[in-house]
Amino acid sequence: MNGSTMAPPLPGVGSPGGFETASPRGRSVREWLNGPGLGWLALIALAGAQAFGLLATPADRDMGHLQKIMYVHVPAAWAALVAFFLVFVWSVLYLWRRSARYDGLAVAAAEAGVVFTALTLTLGSLWGRPTWGVWWTWDPRLTTTAILLLIYAGYLALRAFTDEPDRRARWSAAVGVLGFLNVPIVYMSVRWWRTLHQVQSTPDTLEPTFAWGLRLNAIAFLLLLAYFIVRRRRVAQLERRIDARLESAALAGG
Amino acid sequence: MNAGRRLRRAVLPAAGLLVVLGGFGYLLYGGLESNLVYFLTPSELVARGAEAYDVPLRLGGQVMPGSVHWDAPALSLTFQMTDGARAVRIRSRGAPPQMFREGIGVVVEGRYRPTGLFESSNLMVKHSNEYRAPHPGERPEALYRTLLRERSGGE
Repeated sequence: MNGSTMAPPLPGVGSPGGFETASPRGRSVREWLNGPGLGWLALIALAGAQAFGLLATPADRDMGHLQKIMYVHVPAAWAALVAFFLVFVWSVLYLWRRSARYDGLAVAAAEAGVVFTALTLTLGSLWGRPTWGVWWTWDPRLTTTAILLLIYAGYLALRAFTDEPDRRARWSAAVGVLGFLNVPIVYMSVRWWRTLHQVQSTPDTLEPTFAWGLRLNAIAFLLLLAYFIVRRRRVAQLERRIDARLESAALAGG
Repeated sequence: MNAGRRLRRAVLPAAGLLVVLGGFGYLLYGGLESNLVYFLTPSELVARGAEAYDVPLRLGGQVMPGSVHWDAPALSLTFQMTDGARAVRIRSRGAPPQMFREGIGVVVEGRYRPTGLFESSNLMVKHSNEYRAPHPGERPEALYRTLLRERSGGE
């Protein structure tokens, strides 16, 4: 530490936000993102998309209403893969620029990704029992997805066990980059290997209204992901500011 | 910082990266391909000959139309599983999943006996990536019931 009685200029602490730019337009975007607007937008989109899926689409020919699990399982899986891609991008940016802003964004995306992956696995299991006849089987798609959850749960655990911020950010950025190797493997597993899990549906293999249910819910889940990342990052920012104040108060108090 | 430390700082992460990438590469193009085959096809099973007898295996293929026999009192299901080239007779205990029917893809876990019968302890139904609305006049619940009746009726 520099021994000054002023708050130390920790990265990302002195300035109020990570999205800041000098322009007034940039500032208004930041204010909107920090406000409740995005949350409401995500909630309304989710309610609308789910209502469409539940009420406006017919039952599946074979599975009846069980098929409706698809409107959460699939968008949640997509949102999780997008989240882990963002972890990768922000981890690379952190290693390049060494700015705490990217570390905060990466951890926010990783947490959201873990939640969405857990949701995907849970709903897949609930769908699998009546359809496949089993809650779980170690086929390549399910196994690689379980590994995906473990990698990013490990990422979060690693952060919890490392106190020193720079070292924590460096190590977790390394995991954020290497862990991403598994993401294309998860996606391609159903094409590369024999699995019980079906390959990706395309608009050709779906009833058109089913495809629309998926598209609308995909948009809603991406908004939800954006909201989770913005909120989680804001919390991390406030925590860093509290830490800095406590530290400077302790230094000032002697 | 002296040259040795700088070297270590550059070499160690690079070596770590190389190990991880190499591991993934091996899994992708070497190991998984040959060792982690989730199920065998009937042709592969038959080609293995006596090696395949009495060891735990997964077998996957299509339920051959016209081959399904459901013995309700004994809760015993027998059918032929085919991959288009070879067929293997499967016996499974207990009621199959509701989606089970002729022509659908299935994966069974169990043991292949020297008698040529595959004794399944776990029958799983593979769902395709197709999802369709019922044809006009059809109700999904009615379809379900038809499937159930066909199965429990047996011959």
